[in-house]
Amino acid sequence: MDIQILGITVLWIFLYGYLIVASIDFGAGFFAYYGKVTKRDDVINSIISRYLSPVWEVTNVFFVFFFVGLVGFFPKTAYYYGTALLVPGSIALVLLAIRGSFYAFGNYGAKDSHFYTFLYGATGLLIPASLSTALTISEGGFIDEKNGTVVFLVEELLTSFYSWAVVFLAIVSVLYISAMFLSFYASKAKDLKALELLRKYALFWSPPTILASFLVFLALKGHNEEHFNNMVDYSYFFILSFICFNIAVWLVYKNKRYGTAFIFVMLQFLFAFFGYGVSHLPYILYPYITIEAGFTNEAMGIALVIAFIAGLFLLIPSLFLLMRMFLFDAKYVEGNREK
Amino acid sequence: MPELDSAMLSRLLTSLTLGFHILFATLGVGVPLLISGAEWIGIRRKDNHYRILARRWTRGFVVTVAVGVVTGTCIGLQLSLLWPSFMEVAGQVIGLPLFLETFAFFFEAIFLGIYLYTWDRFENPYYHWLLSVPVVIGSTASAFFISTVNAFMNSPKGFKLDNGQITEIKPLIAMFNPATPTKASHVISTAYLTSAFVLAAITAFLILKKGNSEYYRKALHFTMVTAFVFAIATVVIGDFSGKYLAKYQPEKLAAAEWHFETEKGADLIVGGILGEDGEVKYGLHLPNFLSILAHGDPNAEVIGLNEFPEDETAPLFIHYLFDLMIGIGMFLAALSTVFLILSRWRQGWQHSKLILWTIVAAGPLALLAIEFGWIFSEVGRQPWILWHVMETVDGATTSEHVGAMFILFFALYVVLGWICISVLLKMFRNNPVETEFEQMDR
Ligand code: HDD
Ligand code: HEM
Ligand code: HEM
Repeated sequence: MDIQILGITVLWIFLYGYLIVASIDFGAGFFAYYGKVTKRDDVINSIISRYLSPVWEVTNVFFVFFFVGLVGFFPKTAYYYGTALLVPGSIALVLLAIRGSFYAFGNYGAKDSHFYTFLYGATGLLIPASLSTALTISEGGFIDEKNGTVVFLVEELLTSFYSWAVVFLAIVSVLYISAMFLSFYASKAKDLKALELLRKYALFWSPPTILASFLVFLALKGHNEEHFNNMVDYSYFFILSFICFNIAVWLVYKNKRYGTAFIFVMLQFLFAFFGYGVSHLPYILYPYITIEAGFTNEAMGIALVIAFIAGLFLLIPSLFLLMRMFLFDAKYVEGNREK
Repeated sequence: MPELDSAMLSRLLTSLTLGFHILFATLGVGVPLLISGAEWIGIRRKDNHYRILARRWTRGFVVTVAVGVVTGTCIGLQLSLLWPSFMEVAGQVIGLPLFLETFAFFFEAIFLGIYLYTWDRFENPYYHWLLSVPVVIGSTASAFFISTVNAFMNSPKGFKLDNGQITEIKPLIAMFNPATPTKASHVISTAYLTSAFVLAAITAFLILKKGNSEYYRKALHFTMVTAFVFAIATVVIGDFSGKYLAKYQPEKLAAAEWHFETEKGADLIVGGILGEDGEVKYGLHLPNFLSILAHGDPNAEVIGLNEFPEDETAPLFIHYLFDLMIGIGMFLAALSTVFLILSRWRQGWQHSKLILWTIVAAGPLALLAIEFGWIFSEVGRQPWILWHVMETVDGATTSEHVGAMFILFFALYVVLGWICISVLLKMFRNNPVETEFEQMDR
């Protein structure tokens, strides 16, 4: 395998990881707030906080890992994205900062503040919307290079059908993934009341998810035909993804095997995300950066890959330990352990 | 006054974010060490005081970590947003430690999560303590890696520059450049020192407010002993940092010392005012001390500022920052020494009002020294972003919106800082130590 491909694969895996763990977190924030407004917080909020409390910082690191790695493997992306995205990037940062710190303030400090929960819920939807525009921009047409500087065409973005379809997909899939996961967590905790509610959410958000995916397909055809055609070549990825979606929803509908159902949710997004990624290549940013031209030098590439492999030896056992403590430990999940 | 173009505004916004992040990051590096130490002593001596200490520190720590994490995420992304041209070039050479730093974060974050929620899970209390070790290693490693990046900016090595093209890149040489040993060790030892003093200051304040108790006495003693160790280490390593500067960045040292003429047996100037003609008034001259700081020899020659073109030297106000940092360093070392001497030979005197209030002041002073040190070091590198390779103005973004972003982030940090402090205060007020003892004895 080329080192470039290896590099982008590593990054893509981490972005996928972030997609899953962050969706759970973002969606949970929304459900927590919604639960509070509809006075059902006593049913679901303890489940949510039991899962989120130990892992929120880890979620953030997935994100940091992705963008630091991107600049490491493909320094040119820093130049184009950095110059173009100062404003949207800063806004996303402020939202992330508010969200992260207020989670900690609310959860470890001042308990039960309505305002903190609201911020936590609202940012849970705004952040995926704003982060998803980075992917939208990668399709080209929203960045222009003029007289040696890079400009971001905001109006194009705001009036593009494609960009709104992506935002829509980002938001609904966040809610879908999160509800699916929390259903699994509730079933594991044997908390039937919470399960019933969360299962409803999961089923409610599944049709919009698939609808939004189709919408994005259609919109991409209008926006970047080359990528769309590539995607058609890789259509088996998307077919597999669709099959996984059906299995997951069917299991939840039948009210059984929530763990398996969530694995299928993860597979659904794995196939779709990698199908999207593979067909995006060789471009990282249409038409300016390809993985060959944008790649760092050979020496750094090798050093990064070695560091990555060495890092995995550290990370995988630690992540496993974390999951064992909080995901697979029945007593903790059921809430029968003290802090 | 330099004009407020996007390069200048980028500098200001970077300074703002880093100046804010560094306070929380410093505590993030140092406090885990003290928590881990306290828990270990508590288990070994079967002393619940120390274990409660570890718990209470951890509870406050989580809140500061959160701010450290989100501001760190800000600076991490801002490096690309504000310095795209710099990152495009530097990323090729120094991407490795940045990447390694995220692994260190990962490691720390995972174990911090486990540590926080498993206080009573294990039969053998050492298992829980063991979980704190990766947290200490992870946060110290992240300080190490990021310091190597900063060291690289001061002393770029491990590549060749041909007509603007970077070739022959050696990532490990770039990472372990001549500035790395002093930079990394000074940053880490000051982080431990500052954290110890911040915790000591809180303890001393509580003694003054609530009266003394065995619990507080132990806490104060433990933090002050730690502070003593790292105060000495800091002064020694700071001395090595001066020698590093003399050898590799003589104009930075000269600017910091207002040392204009190259001469043997140079004096160290403390304070003072710079006259029009480069004459230093009212300064305290310590004979031959600059030669000692620079080369460890009272008669050694120290290169003066006049040897360098004027547009390649840093603003001269950094002299005051340097003096303040060293002054605070000496003060902290002296204070912790006095405390230890008193507690050995004049039991009780170390808890006198005077000493306690001095310790209360020392906490914020240590944090200030961190700020002074960084501003001195960063401004002292100017006009270079990569020393003798790339100028700061050439690394900056060309975007026109940096000013607005500055206001946005300024507001963010005001809110974060304010709420962080009020949450911490509320936490400790609503949850006094006494109730914790009862819970522990259940
Ligand atoms: C509590 C904080 C603190 C204290 C007490 C000291 N320092 Fe410091 N110093 C720092 C915090 C710091 C820092 C924030 O960590 C810096 C900024 C950049 C760096 O590498 O470390 C630094 C940089 C720094 C540098 C510049 C290194 C460079 O730019 O490459 C020198 C020469 C010294 N220090 C020397 C000293 C001496 C001789 C001290 C004697 C007491 C001292 N410092 C105390
Ligand atoms: C690795 C990439 C880094 C970049 C690109 C960078 C860049 C800069 C620049 C351009 C400035 C403005 C200098 C000036 O205003 O004169 C600055 C200031 C500053 N930097 Fe760095 N720096 C880096 C690393 C660090 C690190 C690791 C720290 C430590 C936390 C740090 C701490 C500071 C501080 C405290 C200031 C404020 C100084 C001032 O007020 O000007 N920097 N940085
Ligand atoms: C250019 C300078 C810097 C950058 C780009 C940077 C980047 C970051 C990032 C991205 C995070 C969040 C990581 C997460 O999600 O967990 C973070 C947190 C942290 N940073 Fe910084 N950082 C810088 C300077 C420093 C310095 C100089 C230190 C050490 C003295 C430091 C120590 C830490 C620590 C310990 C954390 C973890 C949070 C905590 O425990 O408080 N950082 N930093």
